[in-house]
Amino acid sequence: MNNRTRLRPAGGGETPEVDASPRLGRPLRRARSGQWAAWAFLAPVVAYLALFYAYPLYRNLDLSLRDYTVASFVRGGAPFVGLGNYRTVLADPTFGPALLHTVVFTAASLAFQFTIGLALAVFFHQHFRLAVALRALFLVPWLLPLIVSASTWSWLLNSDSGLVNYALHLVGVGPVDWLTSPHWSLVSVILANVWIGIPFNLALLYSGLQSIPDTLYEAAALDGAGAWARFRRITLPLLRPVSAVTLLLGLIYTLKVFDIIWIMTRGGPVDSSTTFATWSYRLGFGNLLPAFGSGAAVGNLLVLMALLFGLVYIHTQRTAPAA
Amino acid sequence: MFSVIRARRHAAAGFAALLVIAVAACGSTGASGSSATASGPYTVWDPYPQFDNGSAWVRLLTKCGSDAGVQVKRTAFDTTDLTSKVLLAAQQGVAPDVLIVDNPVISTLAQAGVLTDTATAKVDTTAIEPNLLAAGQLNGKTYGVPIGANTLALYYNKNILQAAGVDPAGVRDWSSLTAALAKVKAAGKRGITFSAIGTEEGSFQFLPWFWGAGANLTNLSSPQAVSALSLWTTWLADGYAPNSVINDTQTTSWQEFATGQVGFAENGTWQLSNAKQTGFPYGVIPIPADNGGATAPAPTGGEFVTVPVASDSGRYRTSAKLVACLTSAGNAYTTDTTLSYIGATATLQQKQAANGDLSSWVAAVRSAKGRTSDNLGTKYPKISQQLWTAVQAALSGSASPQAALRTAQDAAAAATR
Repeated sequence: MNNRTRLRPAGGGETPEVDASPRLGRPLRRARSGQWAAWAFLAPVVAYLALFYAYPLYRNLDLSLRDYTVASFVRGGAPFVGLGNYRTVLADPTFGPALLHTVVFTAASLAFQFTIGLALAVFFHQHFRLAVALRALFLVPWLLPLIVSASTWSWLLNSDSGLVNYALHLVGVGPVDWLTSPHWSLVSVILANVWIGIPFNLALLYSGLQSIPDTLYEAAALDGAGAWARFRRITLPLLRPVSAVTLLLGLIYTLKVFDIIWIMTRGGPVDSSTTFATWSYRLGFGNLLPAFGSGAAVGNLLVLMALLFGLVYIHTQRTAPAA
Repeated sequence: MFSVIRARRHAAAGFAALLVIAVAACGSTGASGSSATASGPYTVWDPYPQFDNGSAWVRLLTKCGSDAGVQVKRTAFDTTDLTSKVLLAAQQGVAPDVLIVDNPVISTLAQAGVLTDTATAKVDTTAIEPNLLAAGQLNGKTYGVPIGANTLALYYNKNILQAAGVDPAGVRDWSSLTAALAKVKAAGKRGITFSAIGTEEGSFQFLPWFWGAGANLTNLSSPQAVSALSLWTTWLADGYAPNSVINDTQTTSWQEFATGQVGFAENGTWQLSNAKQTGFPYGVIPIPADNGGATAPAPTGGEFVTVPVASDSGRYRTSAKLVACLTSAGNAYTTDTTLSYIGATATLQQKQAANGDLSSWVAAVRSAKGRTSDNLGTKYPKISQQLWTAVQAALSGSASPQAALRTAQDAAAAATR
């Protein structure tokens, strides 16, 4: 009883008896059966999570801790090697470049997607004629299957017959080996990924903008705030929760981007556009002789990175002042 | 109030029941799946998704099944998917009865214990040409029967060569080929396309030059290997080959040739039917070796018909009948014609050589060599990965041919130790 009153919020403390009396009057059995019912309701979700999240994660962890050859994959009995696969992966000459490319790919993609997405969201928030139609058009990249957009990009960026080089040629710039030069391949896949990611940022940030009351802008305008000041002092701070979610979702999505890179460059030439995602696939499936153990190890490093940023997000949400 | 709680309780019971049913359903499908493989229809997996149920291939499968007195259930996979699908199926104990699979995968599957050898399944291989059968052999055992073979040669565009003043019959070694490419370029066209993509396809396309220089897969950094890679690198540097070959698959490089702007294309037997639709006259010459006017050994492509390990060894007898039916002379001829393959037996090859279109291909297949031959077996995939990486490094300019192949050799030696 003491506990309960202590836990109650100050405002509710005035009438504890009204709330407590019927509960004390009920038989204990009913409360327990209510708990059973609650668990039964939870069961489908728990089963789903266990089956489709926990078990695959456990399997991936198990794969990464064993020395799997094709033979032991089929017949079982792969020896436990502890962190051996992780040591192999860390010592691999591909590790350094792959880590660097993953970081650069993710950071550059996020920065450009978010900036351009925010600029477009603010632009479309002006409610001019045809704004809705135009905004719908901007969502097209999001609706296209990735294999279509990635193939289209690789045609556009083809060294000899690509439209981009043709356009460069028209303005007097020599051809660039977008996909086949080790200096440009990472830039090219980032370019394609930014294009694909803009609609996502646009849609989320636009809906965030709509929740900011117009009266704030009107009041600020009356106080003599210019467009830039209104953007900096009202839009940005009030968009912060939406921005944080957009960036976090974008980050997790971008970390695991595989299809675009694989279709456009196969992570090459050599390792020049290899990220953890394509490296993990190449180890596990890109060769006639699959290396499931090291492939799973790289995959787990990727999961770890995403988890880390998820924790950072939760931390900032907790410490940030309630907006 | 009570009725609400009761309703809730009922709902909970309902959910629980649903869950039980769902779990039971999962269990029962698993059980019926395994019982089906014990006595039901014979399953056949193939990498020919281009053939639907009305095709000659599927009709042949059905006919072979009814000849053997069983029902055949066929599933087609994309060839790149098939290896992992088979490994997973074998892990679950639900591998197909007959598996048709690309030849370089055989050694991997054999080492995994997924395939039976021909002695166990009692499959006859005596009529098969030894250079083609070698791709399916590991440690003295044979793990399947080739359904036919394909390989690489050089297609050329007759109009372009004529305009550039090149006689294809005079292309007999690398220097005469490079001279021909220079003439084609001078005439305003592209010299040659091939596929140097960073996958197995890239190694497949590079091997005729690698072997044609006299190099061996056990030493990737030999002077011969360097000369082969230097040949490709100079072609790119001199503009004889487009830079896009670094990312071209064999299909996309073929599409470039089909535009009619390219003199030569390194491509396979399977493009023959497409070649007839390009709208320009074409010819085929074998890939020349470095010098001496010989034909370079090209790698053999094409699938093997295999019998995966089954829990009930009684099934092998019928499976072997299916294999024999699919690879018998008459049926293989039909299949090889639909796939544009060259037969795997001397009799079939003679029959095909009589057809003018195919005679240079028959010659190419006769001098061809399996990628996993020389008892490389499962070492081949590891070596091949380093080889295609070296090709990519040299062509993209991130390393010299020597340096790229030296790195590749070190990595391959470490991986196969």
